[in-house]
Amino acid sequence: MSEKPKGKLALYWAASCGGCDIAVLQIGARILDVAAAFDIVLWPCAADGKVRDVEKMADGEIDVCLFNGGIRTSEQEYMAQLLRRKSKVLVAFGSCAQEGCIPGLANMNNRREIFDSVYKEGSATTPENSDDVRPQPETEMPEGTLHLPVFYDTLKTLNQTVEVDYYLPGCPPEGDMIWTAITAIVEGKLPPPGSVIGANTTVCDECKRTRTEKKIKKFYRTWQIKPDPDICLLEQGLICCGIATRAGCGGLCPEVNSPCIGCHGPNDGVQDYGARMMSALASVIDSDDPEEIEQIIRDGVPDPVGSFYRFSLASSLLRRKKRSTNGNGAAAATKTKAS
Amino acid sequence: MITTQKSARIGVYICHCGTNIAGALDVEQLTAFADKLPQVVLAKNYKYMCSDPGQDLVKKDIAEHGLDRVVVVACSPLLHEATFRKAAEDAGLNPFLVQMANIREQVAWVTRDKVDALEKAKAHVAAAARRVAQHEPLERKSVPITPRVLIVGGGIAGIEAALTLADADKEVILVEREPSIGGHMSMFDKTFPTLDCAACILTPKMTAVKSNPHIKLLTHSEVEKVDGAVGSYKVRVRRKARYISEENCVGCMACIDECVFPKPKFPNEYDQGLGLRKPVYLPFPQAVPPVPIIDPETCLQLSKGQCKQKCVEACGERQAVLLEQQDSIEEFEVGAIIVATGFKPFNPSVMPYYGYGTLPNVYTSLEIERLINAAGPTGGKLMLRDGSTPKRVVIVHCVGSRDKNYHTYCSKVCCMYSLKLAHLVKEKTEAEIFNCYIDIRTPGKGFEEFYNRVQNEGVHFIRGKVGDVSPVVSDNGQPTNMMTIQVDDTLLGKVRKIDADMVILAVGLEPQKDAEEVRRMFGISCSTEGFFLEKHPKLAPVNTANDGVFLAGVCQGVKDIPETVAQASAAAAKALALIDRGSIELEPNTAIIDEEHCSGCRVCNNLCPFEAIEYDEEKGVSRVIAELCKGCGTCVAACPAQAITGVHFTNNQIIAEIEGVLYDSAPPRKEAVSV
Ligand SMILES: Cc1cc2nc3c(=O)[nH]c(=O)nc-3n(C[C@H](O)[C@H](O)[C@H](O)COP(=O)(O)OP(=O)(O)OC[C@H]3O[C@@H](n4cnc5c(N)ncnc54)[C@H](O)[C@@H]3O)c2cc1C
Ligand code: SF4
Repeated sequence: MSEKPKGKLALYWAASCGGCDIAVLQIGARILDVAAAFDIVLWPCAADGKVRDVEKMADGEIDVCLFNGGIRTSEQEYMAQLLRRKSKVLVAFGSCAQEGCIPGLANMNNRREIFDSVYKEGSATTPENSDDVRPQPETEMPEGTLHLPVFYDTLKTLNQTVEVDYYLPGCPPEGDMIWTAITAIVEGKLPPPGSVIGANTTVCDECKRTRTEKKIKKFYRTWQIKPDPDICLLEQGLICCGIATRAGCGGLCPEVNSPCIGCHGPNDGVQDYGARMMSALASVIDSDDPEEIEQIIRDGVPDPVGSFYRFSLASSLLRRKKRSTNGNGAAAATKTKAS
Repeated sequence: MITTQKSARIGVYICHCGTNIAGALDVEQLTAFADKLPQVVLAKNYKYMCSDPGQDLVKKDIAEHGLDRVVVVACSPLLHEATFRKAAEDAGLNPFLVQMANIREQVAWVTRDKVDALEKAKAHVAAAARRVAQHEPLERKSVPITPRVLIVGGGIAGIEAALTLADADKEVILVEREPSIGGHMSMFDKTFPTLDCAACILTPKMTAVKSNPHIKLLTHSEVEKVDGAVGSYKVRVRRKARYISEENCVGCMACIDECVFPKPKFPNEYDQGLGLRKPVYLPFPQAVPPVPIIDPETCLQLSKGQCKQKCVEACGERQAVLLEQQDSIEEFEVGAIIVATGFKPFNPSVMPYYGYGTLPNVYTSLEIERLINAAGPTGGKLMLRDGSTPKRVVIVHCVGSRDKNYHTYCSKVCCMYSLKLAHLVKEKTEAEIFNCYIDIRTPGKGFEEFYNRVQNEGVHFIRGKVGDVSPVVSDNGQPTNMMTIQVDDTLLGKVRKIDADMVILAVGLEPQKDAEEVRRMFGISCSTEGFFLEKHPKLAPVNTANDGVFLAGVCQGVKDIPETVAQASAAAAKALALIDRGSIELEPNTAIIDEEHCSGCRVCNNLCPFEAIEYDEEKGVSRVIAELCKGCGTCVAACPAQAITGVHFTNNQIIAEIEGVLYDSAPPRKEAVSV
């Protein structure tokens, strides 16, 4: 790396699993080069650094912020806005920040349903909660008011919340891609703002399997067949999302006989990844008979949202399942009662 | 907003279309709305935008106000897009920077509510303005046209079209499914209303086709595949084995004479099964080409593999009999196609109450045509199955037509051919004749006069639908030749029973059995009855939605021979006008694959209905052949990598249009809150 005055780097996590923070370490010993080039001013996962210190910084003082995770709470929203203001370059790091990823699948439900499932119906991780206690943004205690972040109805992506300069795709991003991005930033060789850093073609480009014209009579789930190692998985009836997913991962999944699930997100210009996948697959179903087509889909794709929007529901054109009621449902519920 | 606004200087022109639009909504308010839209520099309205002064308005503003985009808010782009593109081009603007908003067909004509109409019109205008800002200038490409025409079907329609084109020194490939050309007309004895002998007027045309050096006649053949597009279609024709070489045969018919079957034994399809033929036969004496054909089902050698093959021996040195012949495939490139596949007669055996197929002396009209034809199975002598001459004949009109259980349409020619048959049967047999009709439809040149003539000849006319035909049994229980025909006489107001020994069913005309496959192969549409659909019922009756494909004859809708011939001439003229141009301008709105983006997943490879996508093995990418692409967008929608763009229908253009509808024209509302 070139000898330059040290820059300031921040890394932050919002609604994510934490894998992105660990992925940063995939760049290996090169992390030392990063440390040489930057002062890390905030990295909750691995380093010290206080929000109040960031608040005190001048706008644009941070050179680069790698932000992973989607925006689910008021606190995450605040941090996104804060880091946006303080950073010259804000990178949506990984699928959660870029497209919502797995946390975004909760947009198939609303806050009430999510809370019901966590606090009421109980699960392995929730103890008995017979009083139906739920997190409240404000709780009055003798000592004063306690605050919890507000849990929003809908998970948003980073760019649905603040302006984003670059996107680094992947769940999590690959070490080499991270390194490419960091190098580009340090050397000032950045693509035009708004770009996704990575290849602009799809996984098929990196997949070594042989492909022919596609005609699919039946879709299989991965446990149903043992795929031929040399032939395109999609042609064998496995829903391989490689056709629609941005290259750059090296086609790792198909290489080990496992269909691509789409973690690298869409290609440039795609407005709705799931819709692309669906219209592509619908085009190659080998039947002209509406009933048979219906059957092929029903048998082969039991979970369309999970299959096609696993990573991108929050960033899709519809963003979420239609709200059955307004807001969190409470208002509508009382209204119905009153009338 | 998903799309980013591009800077543009848009002029919006709202047409009154007389009172068509101005009477249905407030054009002043619409103009004021348009004026305030983003990027719109000026908005005007005018009585007739398509008139010269209307177009001049656009041209002048382009020059004076530096407009770089134009929206014309008027009628369907089908009608006037070309007009306004041309006007823009005259003023130095790329024609593709014009967008039309159709508020006549889609707004003014579909509501009486002026307020709703205005709101909907606003949505159209806003959509068009947002879209046009995303337009890119485009160039049309010119490609050469192959000066050759394929004609499918060798009935009178196909024959007439072929001869017309050949007259203009154009090459024609005429493909006929049957062993001979001629179609239905060649089966008739005489033709209404002039009673010309069908053979006398048709045979010269058939032989002219055969001898014309510009016409390549492929009988007993079918088109299997059509690729490509207007100007350069690639067609694959299967020539079914005839087992007799057309090149070597001299038409001596020795093979027929010497066939091991001493006498004709099998029903002749051409005679509607009323006459017999040998396995090797000529369908009818005037067949063109005059070359016999061997039926593999009945030929002993071909079906059982053992026969003395007397036909081969009889042919001798000429070696025209080729029992080993196989189907062969020929491929052609043509610039235009005329579809003239005709019709099939309605099959009345689905109406048990008329006794067709169970009562021996109930015939279809086409069978009678064969029986009274001098070249037919009886040498033109009309007789009942037992050889006797009919004495009372009932002709039942509208069989399968004007009947909600079968075809609701009127088959148009059957009234006239029933009058013709009444006349001919009377002339030949002196029988008493009853025509039972619902209405008599004779609206043609000389038709009503012919009707009067037949009435004066003493034919009885009964206005009523025939309900039933039943056999008459003699007193001692023996079956007779007689039948009782029950008809609800609406003029007398009572049910009549007529005894007759012959019933003729005037069957309607319906689409060919394979019309659906033919339609698909040539990329055209069908009307609800199944006849091929013309581009416009009034103004483009021989064109189809597929630019290089034209229609002639009954395949487009029922008609008689004069109308068929007129339409065939028109189709030939249209095809001629097209191929004579030498080259054709392709619309630039094709699909384009960005090879950088394409990963060669091959999802698109077999989707294109025009076979315009090829796969480059070496580079591992797919490619659109612009000359073949019609811009239908199938592959654009399917490409999972968004590597294919539909030029002039880009995502941004379409989404901008949606944004115009949902955003600019909608009443302001609060952004949805996320909590
Ligand atoms: C009983 C009867 C009597 C009539 N009498 C008269 C009359 O007296 N006067 C009058 O003006 N009209 C009469 N008509 C109407 C007349 O028959 C039609 O107007 C005329 O035959 C239409 O000609 P065409 O070429 O369109 O169709 P057709 O005569 O049906 O010819 C179509 C040809 O296309 C061929 N073909 C079909 N499909 C394919 C394919 N896929 N590939 C290759 N070849 C194909 C067929 O084998 C046929 O040779 C009568 C009709 C009927 C039923
Ligand atoms: S032409 Fe006459 S017989 Fe034929 S369907 Fe029409 S009305 Fe009936």
